[in-house]
Amino acid sequence: MTQTTPPRTLPDVATLMRQVLYALLPGTALLLYLYGFGLLSNLILACLCAWGLEALMLHLRQRPLPPFLSDYSVIVTGWLLAVSLPACSPWWLILISMVFAVVIGKHLYGGLGQNPFNPAMLGYAAVLISFPLEMTRWPDPARTGFDAAGLDALLAGVFGIGSLHWDSLSGATPLDQVRMALHGGKSLVDSGMPLFSWPRTLGWNLLNLAWLGGGLWLLWQRVISWHIPVALLGSLTLFSGLFWLLDPGHYASPLFHLLQGATMLGAFFIATDPVTASTTPLGKILYAGGIGAFVYIIRTWGGYPDAMAFAVLIMNMAVPLLDHYTQPRVYGHRHRWLP
Amino acid sequence: MNRLQQLFRYLFPPHGLTLDGHKQVSTSREVTTLAASQCSVLYLPLQQHAGSKARLKVAVGERVLRGQCLTWIEPGVSVPVHAPTSGHVLAIEARPVAHPSGLSDTCIVLGPDGLDEADPQGLPPLPDYTQLDDATLRCRICEAGIVGLGGAVFPAAIKLNVKPDVPIRQLIINGAECEPWITCDDMLMRTRADEILAGASLMLQVLASHAPDGKLTCLIGIEDNKPEAIASMQTALMALTLREGRSPPHTLRVVPIPTRYPAGGEKQLIRQLTGQEVPSGGRPADIGMICHNVATARAIYRAVALGEPLMSRYVTVTGDGVTAPANFEVPFGMPVGELVRHAGGMLEPDCTLNMGGSMMGMALHSEQVPVVKATNCIRVLRPLPEQAPDITLPCIRCGRCAEACPMSLLPQQLFWHAHARELEQAEALHLFDCIECGCCTHVCPSHIPLVSYYRFAKADIRSKRTARTLADQARTRHEFREQRLERARRERAEKLARHKAAVKQSPPTERNIPDDSGTAGVAATPPPAADDPRNAAIQAALERAQARKAALTQQEPRESGS
Repeated sequence: MTQTTPPRTLPDVATLMRQVLYALLPGTALLLYLYGFGLLSNLILACLCAWGLEALMLHLRQRPLPPFLSDYSVIVTGWLLAVSLPACSPWWLILISMVFAVVIGKHLYGGLGQNPFNPAMLGYAAVLISFPLEMTRWPDPARTGFDAAGLDALLAGVFGIGSLHWDSLSGATPLDQVRMALHGGKSLVDSGMPLFSWPRTLGWNLLNLAWLGGGLWLLWQRVISWHIPVALLGSLTLFSGLFWLLDPGHYASPLFHLLQGATMLGAFFIATDPVTASTTPLGKILYAGGIGAFVYIIRTWGGYPDAMAFAVLIMNMAVPLLDHYTQPRVYGHRHRWLP
Repeated sequence: MNRLQQLFRYLFPPHGLTLDGHKQVSTSREVTTLAASQCSVLYLPLQQHAGSKARLKVAVGERVLRGQCLTWIEPGVSVPVHAPTSGHVLAIEARPVAHPSGLSDTCIVLGPDGLDEADPQGLPPLPDYTQLDDATLRCRICEAGIVGLGGAVFPAAIKLNVKPDVPIRQLIINGAECEPWITCDDMLMRTRADEILAGASLMLQVLASHAPDGKLTCLIGIEDNKPEAIASMQTALMALTLREGRSPPHTLRVVPIPTRYPAGGEKQLIRQLTGQEVPSGGRPADIGMICHNVATARAIYRAVALGEPLMSRYVTVTGDGVTAPANFEVPFGMPVGELVRHAGGMLEPDCTLNMGGSMMGMALHSEQVPVVKATNCIRVLRPLPEQAPDITLPCIRCGRCAEACPMSLLPQQLFWHAHARELEQAEALHLFDCIECGCCTHVCPSHIPLVSYYRFAKADIRSKRTARTLADQARTRHEFREQRLERARRERAEKLARHKAAVKQSPPTERNIPDDSGTAGVAATPPPAADDPRNAAIQAALERAQARKAALTQQEPRESGS
């Protein structure tokens, strides 16, 4: 065809992915401040694994390396996993999760754009099911900074060497603590969770706010559309608010749900992955609304510390159906349902 | 309030794109009329319109005069081609024309003699056209070779020939000109507003009999990035209203519309101006509207009032590779290279030529390609700096294409099916509603040439449909033949059986037997089988033929034809 291609001033895939990485920076900076070497090792290991596995898979699939290695999409996957896994994650845990994410989650389905499941969440879910102990132990922020103690923790956590014993450094996240307390039949007040304690609880709140800030920047830059974050946070607020109003003693408040765990990360960075999300406006709202509902259900009645990975994967499965049934009305056609 | 509107526009962005128009590049200079008689040679393609090709009326070596009709006026979707100036027909041969695949087409090669002698038998001016009836006007519009000058080049007379029982309430005049770079309609509205309005009034006159109450509304839609054109049209409209004095029969209005590509698409313009949508697969006439371009309106006026067939049009010469970008009134047939030289020539020798705007235009393969009725813009582009070839990445389903699509299609799903050649699914997703505006290709972050895929899929579906129709016809024909042969065989066998029975029953009087079989036997044949009454006539004919055969020859034991 000799059709002239229109001039391009609009972002390409690499630019979009780079913008996502920029938006991840505030939250990552806070995590680095809190966990020091522990998160740095996560980031370096995850990105190296991601890049290396991507190159390996492209080579095995006989695809050209440069355009795909420089589109940053696999770096985004690695980065998202690095900030989702507990700080000071063992190196083999990161490798296994990246193999699931990049090799099985992405390339075995046909590479960029072809995967039905969010690769990062697939990798996360795989190791969460396989290694629940390692996945529920977040180190105490006080013990893992950029100092000698942090280095010791790093050696203990990542490589299993050194004088420190890893178990002495780590504990459950506030979200996990609340869940376990409630499962044990205690009320929120008796759970022994120090509300608003720095850095454990407040750190998580701040982290969520940092993700929120990055996400708002993405919205402003029009990298993502408003449908998914708004619907996800809206449905999570709706469900948590409903139960909290019924029994504030046994159900955490909407604010707790919004600012704990991976809520903001999921709403702005994970559920908005265009490849695995629904593409129609109504489809996006239903998809994200479903994620919000599943997050609340799994957090409240499920057996896992956080629910974002499973909620996203479950709704990924519904995407083809949502896309099919939520097609917008085409110009000059009658509406599907309305007369 | 403004903030609220902004928020609303953010949450529910309108379809289409806001593009850099590059309009001011070519609007700063006056419009120059180029004389056809000064051209060295003119290439006039026989097919400058949508529809069937015109048939030649002239021969090589013949002298033709300005305005002379060079092809026959054919019934059906066709219009004639006229000679823009006097001269000799040098050749009639295949020449390069503007075609997406660079194909050639039959052209009349006209060598102007510089005399510019008008054809005395040409179309006479009709100054008192307001008294004429619509059939005469439509006939004149067809004779003058007028087609839609917005780009679709559909014969204007056919578009104006609405079925008698179809009501028409609105005439839409398209002055939107939404594509970047093109300014020919803009300059036409600035300089020839009165002629456009006269042409619009003429069209209203043609369509008046279709208006349920005899009154039509004419909406002239112009994008608001053309304030001079809007002002010029409004002034001309005011003058027209003053001249007409008493209450005019029809209402004309100039309506500025937001600048958002593709606002000038017929369907988009109709939705913008009236809020109504043209039904899928239908025409604007289905919702009581007729849509014409401003240049078409002007051509209609000139053809009727001045007796001037369509021999030239406004063409924009623009781009970053031309010395003096401007608009020209160009005679048809002028080679594009010559036109560019009138605009000062190319800045660099290796500039590329494009026809049309940056969204829907196509590359030209030769400087010899002539300006035709569809040519609205010639873009001369500097060669792009050496860079890596545009790499197409896989679709990441980001949905930007769907946001931009002015038809609310799902381009990435269409691409998916077109790519996999699942044509039925693509059709189910309304592939044929795509207007090929190029918005999706423009926004795609993976640089996928989406529109090319849709064009390919459409062509594929069309050719498959044709093949299927032909196959269906062949099968029907074959089945019918089989049925006919089978019936003939059966009847023959029955007849034979009857004869045998008759021979057995009747006493063997030898003389009577041949007579019996020849006349009485046929007369006694029972009426054709009741299972297929439609074939009764055929059967009767068959029987007659059989009877004749039987009368002439002895019965053959076996059929020879099967």
